[in-house]
Amino acid sequence: MTDIAEILDRMEYGPAPEGPGIAQDWLARHADGFGHFIAGRFADPGGLFDVTNPATGDVLARVTQGTTEDVDAAVRAARAAQPGWAKLPGHERARHLYALARHIQQHARLLAVLETLDNGKPIRESRDIDLPLVVRHFYHHAGWAAVLEDEFPAHTPHGVCGQIIPWNFPLLMLAWKVAPALAAGNTVVLKPAEYTPLTALAFAQIAQECGLPKGVLNIVTGDGATGAGLVAHPGVDKIAFTGSTAVGREIRRTTAGSGKALTLELGGKSPFIVFADADLDSAVEGVVDGVWFNQGEVCCAGTRILVAEAVAERFEARLRARLEHLRTGDPLDKCTDVGAIVHPVQLDRIRTLVGQGLTEGAELVQGTAPAEGCFYPPTLVTGVHPASVLAQEEIFGPVVTLTPFRTPDDAVALANNTRYGLAASVWSESVNLALECATRVRAGVVWINGANLFDAGAPFGGMRESGFGREGGRTGLTAYLRSPAPTDKRKPVAAPPAPDPLPDAGAGYGNGVDRTAKLYIGGRQVRPDGGYSYPVAGVKARAGLAGLGNRKDIRSAVEAAHKASAWAAQTGHARAQVLYYMAENLSARAPEFAARLQGMGQSAARARAEVDHAVRRIFWYAAQADKLDGGVHSTTAKHLTLTLREPLGVVGIACPVASPLLGLISLVLPAVAMGNRVVAVPSQTAPLAATDLYQVFDTSDLPGGVINIVTGAREELTRTLAEHDDVDAMWYVGTADGARMVEAASAGNLKQTWTEAEGARDWTGTHGRGRDFLLRATQIKTVWLPYGE
Amino acid sequence: MTVTKGHKGNRHNPGMALDVAMFDGHAVNTSAVARRAASLTARRSVKGAWQAAWLINAIRCMDLTTLAGDDTPARVARLCAKARQPLAPDLLTALGLAEMPLTVGAVCVYPTLVADAVRALAGSGVPVASVATGFPAGLMPLPLRLAEIRYAVEQGAAEIDIVITRAHVLSRDWVALYDEVAAMREACGPAHLKAILATGDLASLRNVHAASMVAMQAGADFIKTSTGKEGVNATLPVGLVMTRAIRDYHTATGHIVGFKPAGGMKTARDALAWQILMREELGRDWLSPELFRLGASSMLGDIERQLSHHATGRYSAAHRHAIA
Repeated sequence: MTDIAEILDRMEYGPAPEGPGIAQDWLARHADGFGHFIAGRFADPGGLFDVTNPATGDVLARVTQGTTEDVDAAVRAARAAQPGWAKLPGHERARHLYALARHIQQHARLLAVLETLDNGKPIRESRDIDLPLVVRHFYHHAGWAAVLEDEFPAHTPHGVCGQIIPWNFPLLMLAWKVAPALAAGNTVVLKPAEYTPLTALAFAQIAQECGLPKGVLNIVTGDGATGAGLVAHPGVDKIAFTGSTAVGREIRRTTAGSGKALTLELGGKSPFIVFADADLDSAVEGVVDGVWFNQGEVCCAGTRILVAEAVAERFEARLRARLEHLRTGDPLDKCTDVGAIVHPVQLDRIRTLVGQGLTEGAELVQGTAPAEGCFYPPTLVTGVHPASVLAQEEIFGPVVTLTPFRTPDDAVALANNTRYGLAASVWSESVNLALECATRVRAGVVWINGANLFDAGAPFGGMRESGFGREGGRTGLTAYLRSPAPTDKRKPVAAPPAPDPLPDAGAGYGNGVDRTAKLYIGGRQVRPDGGYSYPVAGVKARAGLAGLGNRKDIRSAVEAAHKASAWAAQTGHARAQVLYYMAENLSARAPEFAARLQGMGQSAARARAEVDHAVRRIFWYAAQADKLDGGVHSTTAKHLTLTLREPLGVVGIACPVASPLLGLISLVLPAVAMGNRVVAVPSQTAPLAATDLYQVFDTSDLPGGVINIVTGAREELTRTLAEHDDVDAMWYVGTADGARMVEAASAGNLKQTWTEAEGARDWTGTHGRGRDFLLRATQIKTVWLPYGE
Repeated sequence: MTVTKGHKGNRHNPGMALDVAMFDGHAVNTSAVARRAASLTARRSVKGAWQAAWLINAIRCMDLTTLAGDDTPARVARLCAKARQPLAPDLLTALGLAEMPLTVGAVCVYPTLVADAVRALAGSGVPVASVATGFPAGLMPLPLRLAEIRYAVEQGAAEIDIVITRAHVLSRDWVALYDEVAAMREACGPAHLKAILATGDLASLRNVHAASMVAMQAGADFIKTSTGKEGVNATLPVGLVMTRAIRDYHTATGHIVGFKPAGGMKTARDALAWQILMREELGRDWLSPELFRLGASSMLGDIERQLSHHATGRYSAAHRHAIA
């Protein structure tokens, strides 16, 4: 017996290991290797690779490297099972998900220990954080399955979902992906990360134990090549990916033009903002929960501490003291705060990045970590500047930078000085200051006086290059549902021919005073930068000349759109007033617009009808400007959880050729009604209805820069917009080739895209407008505001 | 944090002039503190021999308390007997501690029973603590409260657990609170002053922090959570705020103040949780009876049963251990 008297002298904690026996028994039972889980059974193992315990380097198991054939078999199994699964009444699917939740709970400790062995995270975290969230996720989505038909009438599942998850929260990310997919009636092919496939395989056994129908859940193990095979598989209807921004970009390019639905939850470099009036001790604990959680291998980790100069010294002193008390080591020990880094490759990456930071002049304060094994000490970095690699790059290790700021404006500017936009932590006792900051930070999730708060009922996901799509709650579920599609399928419309800028001696231009259709940028009519114009065809004579915009005009228009950011801060009511006024002015000039449409080739009746529809549509979006509400969500006790529907920012819109007035109005109005600014490329062949709108805009008090119009060659201007890193979204109605180009080009800054073949939608019908347009024009920001006195 | 050697033992907190700047505007975020308190005990675990040692230490730091209306000299004598020998000799032997002179930290009684306690503890080295100042509400004229302190000290109390006037905190009358505690400090003479803040009455953690600071500035040697008579007694979030105040006061002045949670703590598990709080927030030095006390009356019984389990491998029953 250890001498109690001796312990009494030093009062140390002593070892407190969680017993891995049962998990080891499970692994021993599969010592021959794991095969994929396809169509309800484990296939024979083949092409095995080792899975190791990062804390010890021991081989835990051997797992099959998924081949193209394996992926194909899994997709076929999922396809075969999908109609039956979707056809089950919601209640039946709910019972399956409920059983999964129950059985996970019953096997919770096995799964927690397995997760810790495989990933290296402390047992406290897998036991107290990961597993409870996993269980909660399945319960929450069992509920969604039960009420799906009532809550989402006419929605349909995508079909087969390909899901690729990372190694940092292996089972939790599985839950985030699988639970909503199954609840919505999809079937799944999931590829866990090659470092950490074990809990997914254990989960497959649990699914067997629960009697989940064959083929509903399929798990294919393997590395990035297996994942790429899944992404490329033509039988997959939707891809959901969580992982690095680089891989997310690649997936965006690969899936471009495929028609696959896509959600991406990518990297981050989230700010952790401490204002002078914050509870500094609690903020220090926030850092512990934020970045010294899960070894810092957290996409939403608050890795950039920004602290008010007034308290920076005190805060740093407290943080240093706290750092010294963190215990890094054996992940199975219940006293461990920071466990093992998932893999030596990741450890190398952390060391390399920190090494680069040191050469740039950064200074380190480090806690302790075992010298042997895959460990990295919790680290505080000072002396970093915004350009430093440590301030820019996602490290995915227990490394946090600290930078003082002067004013709240300064804090917001530093916070937003990043390509990412996943999360933010804001510490202040002033609700005014905290909420002001929360609304200004570009991030999908903002935690006020907290860090890394999660719940199945709260949407989680990023802005900017942190990806798009949300997981959790109603919004998360919609990522696994297809909203009712336009039913008016017509023939696809071919791309218009390239505009011809040469004068045409044979064309007459009518008898009126000559009119010059310019571009509309920043509220002013401007000549195209290139100085060229192109003819617009009319009925008998030419309808006129339109400016031939080029990439510099797009650049100017995007700049003007950014300058008009005040539009986003206006109330919905104020925006509605402008839009109503616009309808009023268009209505007053209806005959003139009808004549213009007629002059470009429409029949008198259709022209009148299009103008009438346009007026009605403007009215409809004016009406909606103050009606798309955010929400308050049922999450954890005393945590007010809000979702704000924020505009995307600057939206590029390429309009259909037909319906030159209504098509443009139908796309631009929902965007501006929600507070976006728009750069629109109107109908290439009939742009003059759009250019006539300038006077309507001017007389309607529309602030300059909210709507910018660049006429010219649609595909060329669209490419410039889609490639533009300061454009937040691109909507495109045109050809299949154009759609592919838009989606591929959008990968640069991972802007959101919405592409559609021209002809799929009758703009005069009910599909020409709707809530879907508004949802696409906004992104969710989830704000957590814990309260209590 | 390390305590400079030589400050231990019969040290007193010399206090300082009232300095409102040390607590005015100090933010305490209740929900964040609650989260930290919840994770504190989930992040640390003591098992096996370490757990046994930590439970023995809890006994060393225990203020074995009886503060009931039906207390009698005989009842106090029984309590003191338990204080002298909190664990049965056979259990101590089984734990390998036969040679260890183990007693509780102090015995805590009402002033009128101090003399009985002092008699019963003669020669044991266990100090007698007395509540005073109109315990538990403290709503008596100040001269009477001070007289009560002097009486208890005269009777032989080495430690005085005073209660503060909660109204001074609720009305933010820091001068009145400071003057009151300073006067009590003076009345204590050589005895240690433990200031009971009655945190369950203070309405907010900010008030707990402010009251802690004022009491320390006025010279309290210990700050203590509760009388045991409030609706809510010792809670970990309150403990977290008070220990952080002790740390900040130490950083600012170099003076060392002890901490005593009291009320509502009944189990060996509680004993471990509070010690983990001390270890994490203040360090090893605050796990000694000079700087840490657990104010409890029924906790000891549960600790005995747990230690018995450690020694024998069998779960024990309460009736197999001598009651206090």
